[in-house]
Amino acid sequence: MQPTSDEVLIGRIANGDRLAMQVLFARHHVRVYRFVLRLVRNEATAEDLISEVFLDVWRQAGKFESRSAVSTWILGIARFKALTALRKRAEEELDDETADAIEDHADDPEIALAKKDTGSVLRECLTRLSAEHREVIDLVYYHEKSVEEVAAIVGIPEATVKTRMFYARRKLSELLKERGIDRGWP
Amino acid sequence: MNTRKEDASLDSDIEVLLPWHAAGTLGRRDAQRVEDALARDPELARRYALVREELGETIRLNESLGAPSTRALERLFAKIDAEPARRPARALNIGARIAEFFAGLAPRTLALSAIAAAVAILLQAGFIAHVVLSPPTIGGYSTASAPTTNPGTGEFTLVRFAPQASMDDISKFLAANKLQIAAGPMAGGLYRLRVADTRLPRSEVDRIVERLRDDKLVSFIAATD
Repeated sequence: MQPTSDEVLIGRIANGDRLAMQVLFARHHVRVYRFVLRLVRNEATAEDLISEVFLDVWRQAGKFESRSAVSTWILGIARFKALTALRKRAEEELDDETADAIEDHADDPEIALAKKDTGSVLRECLTRLSAEHREVIDLVYYHEKSVEEVAAIVGIPEATVKTRMFYARRKLSELLKERGIDRGWP
Repeated sequence: MNTRKEDASLDSDIEVLLPWHAAGTLGRRDAQRVEDALARDPELARRYALVREELGETIRLNESLGAPSTRALERLFAKIDAEPARRPARALNIGARIAEFFAGLAPRTLALSAIAAAVAILLQAGFIAHVVLSPPTIGGYSTASAPTTNPGTGEFTLVRFAPQASMDDISKFLAANKLQIAAGPMAGGLYRLRVADTRLPRSEVDRIVERLRDDKLVSFIAATD
């Protein structure tokens, strides 16, 4: 039997169907949580935001017009909530300067490399990207969003999505190089 | 300068598409363009390997983030309970309403509806073909009350198919037994099937009915006049 589509669930939620809300939540909350957590970098805040995001889904379901996939719509709401929370708690945001400061205390690149395999260094570098770069990389690689969908979620033109992804990857390569891993690109 | 080299690579339309190609989210045309470029450019293929490495580690990183506790769901429903009661209002989206309609149908109902629709289309096509291809009658005369069509000759049975029978199963069953749907679905999901084009002795009709009754797709069958 085929699972009920997200669009059908949204239609039921618009009619006040709590069970449909529960199904939609079960289907998407983990990915939305991870997306928000990567932006706000605080588990308690991310968990609070999840219920806020899905409360908005409950309230706005009647206005959903299927112009995008439901998951894209939810990620758009999640992004807005996360950025609003970050603005309110600006002091908790780990910006580039903070990342640089942490970098100063890190091991010498050769020692760091000796301690870790390339994969773990790459993951560590992924956490050190700016929020903007983390966001685009996560949307493309983890949330499997197309150029058009990323543009809709982030609210930027498609050409900007492509260049932002390019520069995010380039920054990642630079961070890797600082840790002794030269990928020969860019 | 290094920057010029980077800008040159950014100019490469294909290279910027590599992350989406690795994630499988490119359209068919763009995916083919990337595939062609990868096949002829070893340097691009090497860079694509880097993209795939990033993709794998991004997934691993995200998967390591865990999941929210059940409190998130409890908190959500506490907030929903605190919301003012709202009048059920249908979503305006027609597509979602159509999808909702079809999602509500059981597979058996869908299959039977599809057969009924197919029969209706065939009947309509036959009627149109008859009207178009029949030679015009010249000087003919008929009254409105005169019978114009043959009501149908041959032998018929009433059949109800098993609930689990798919449309494909039923089509194969009809073809294998040289049966035609003459009418249906009727009340109770019954179909009138033509089992022979000419009249047969009653014993022969009973024999056909017995044979068809043994088929697991048939949940009910009876001869009819």
